Amino acid sequence: MQPDPTPEAMLSVRGLKKVYQTDGGDIEAVRNLTFDLRAGELVCLVGPSGSGKTTLLKCISGLMAPTEGEVLLDGKRVSGPPKKMAVVFQEYGRSLFPWMRVRDNVELPLKNQGVPKAERDKLVDEALEAVGLAHVPRSYPWQLSGGMQQRVAIARAIAYQPEVLLMDEPFAAVDAQTRADLEDLIRTIWKKFGVTVLFVTHDIDESVYLGERVIILSSSPTVVQEDIVIDLPVDRDQLETRSLPRFTELRHHVYEQIQLAKKGHRPAAAGSPADSTAGSAAG
Amino acid sequence: MSSNTLASGGPVPSVGRDRRPGRKLPAKQLLGLAGIVGFLATWELIPRLGLIDERFLPPASEVILALGRDFGLTAFWLSVGETMVAWFLGLIIAVALAVLLGFIIGSSDFLRRATNSTVEFLRPIPSVALIPLAVLLFGVKIESSLMLITYAAFWQVLIQVLYGVADVDMVANNTAKTYGLGRMARIRYVVFPTALPYLMTGVRLAATVALVLAITAELVIGSPGLGREIALAQSGGAISGMYALVLATGLIGVLINALMRLIEKKTLSWHSSVRSEVIV
Ligand SMILES: Nc1ncnc2c1ncn2[C@@H]1O[C@H](COP(=O)(O)OP(=O)(O)O)[C@@H](O)[C@H]1O
Ligand SMILES: [Mg+2]
Repeated sequence: MQPDPTPEAMLSVRGLKKVYQTDGGDIEAVRNLTFDLRAGELVCLVGPSGSGKTTLLKCISGLMAPTEGEVLLDGKRVSGPPKKMAVVFQEYGRSLFPWMRVRDNVELPLKNQGVPKAERDKLVDEALEAVGLAHVPRSYPWQLSGGMQQRVAIARAIAYQPEVLLMDEPFAAVDAQTRADLEDLIRTIWKKFGVTVLFVTHDIDESVYLGERVIILSSSPTVVQEDIVIDLPVDRDQLETRSLPRFTELRHHVYEQIQLAKKGHRPAAAGSPADSTAGSAAG
Repeated sequence: MSSNTLASGGPVPSVGRDRRPGRKLPAKQLLGLAGIVGFLATWELIPRLGLIDERFLPPASEVILALGRDFGLTAFWLSVGETMVAWFLGLIIAVALAVLLGFIIGSSDFLRRATNSTVEFLRPIPSVALIPLAVLLFGVKIESSLMLITYAAFWQVLIQVLYGVADVDMVANNTAKTYGLGRMARIRYVVFPTALPYLMTGVRLAATVALVLAITAELVIGSPGLGREIALAQSGGAISGMYALVLATGLIGVLINALMRLIEKKTLSWHSSVRSEVIV
């Protein structure tokens, strides 16, 4: 049934289903998701709250086994946290370790891997520099603002040199101005480090502004509603890009699809979004 | 310390400068001092006015003089040493056992549930109820004291460690997992630091309990130490000397508590119960 992953796929989600077994009965968080990310792509995944985005990321990152289906990273099935993957969580305050200084937080995964000290220092410096936090390595995370804390978490992810970077609504809890800066930071990092990014958000504007492609999830029971290519210029600017007529069109389109999904409209071929990708890419 | 540089680097409210709370003795400490002076004065007056016979309650000045004399005696310091050795060894054994067991039990749901009722049953047994058993096993030796001290202190620490281990944040733990930290690495870098504030509380409580049990064991069993000296002074009719020794145990208790708070402060500078204000 499942279409084969495209040969050049870096990350491949095949017929993924997740049912939580609880005392109150089974909860189907994700019904059937299939999509691919090519190496070096920046893809946004947008869906309403409760549509199973976090559940999906937990399955992709190997924290949780899917009920059905599988996740392939570079062709290999994910069965535990893969070495080539880093995750940035929404709850930066809980994801950073309050008992470690900023620098130690960023360094810990490398230290744990046995990366030699000199190389570790270089990677940490580079990562802190890239997120604009070279000046606070000796602070504790809780001494920093929310936006800065999320930068630390991003620095930790880049220092780890992942091939795939997963981000779960990373900017949902920061103020609008900081959020705009962080969005631009993600694009910059994506270009600089050539990493494959899967960026999860519930914010339609954000998904269109950030992504090269947007995967729209339906509301629960969750399937891929649509998978569209964002044909905006590669160099994006908060003011210019957002005022482009094409930006508005795309945003409308995503919005409409989510509204349709809420009304219960399902794509004709749920689980095989390849057609719609091709269709939108042409348009 | 650089952790404070940021916090203290912020603007200082100008109102605060004029009051300079650090210069004069703060009102709280003054009140505390007045309380002690008042207490000693009352103590001095009660026997002097004949409200209580001096044979049962010598005036404060006499007891303090006796304590001063004790400070000059090698025998006194030997007793203090014996008590402190029992206290320290008992505490160390209890903490080591409790940390080891706490981390093992705490990191397994199965063990936690399996041991829960046993812990709840054994914990409330007062350590002093074990005195006959201790004497039976070890006689009038330090081992008797150690057994009682360890038993009492162990539960204080174990309970705290169990709470601490259970308090590990899921997001922190998941983060560690996604960055490839294995079980041991997660215990070291995530579980242990999370449990540390709880552990420190447990150790502080255990330190106090251990002192109580050390003195009790010496007093009741007669193993060497301050407790035995108190009993000897009483039976020898050296009432001021007895009070002086009681005062000495009190002072040790205060010192232990202060020491524990200091260690807590040093190790937990990052923790919210200790750390300085967050700047945003
Ligand atoms: N551990 C869990 N146990 C049971 N149900 C869960 C659990 N985690 C999430 N869910 C349920 O699964 C659905 C999807 O949740 P989630 O993946 O967090 O969605 P999102 O991240 O898109 O908001 C929700 O209905 C939620 O209540
Ligand atoms: Mg979520």
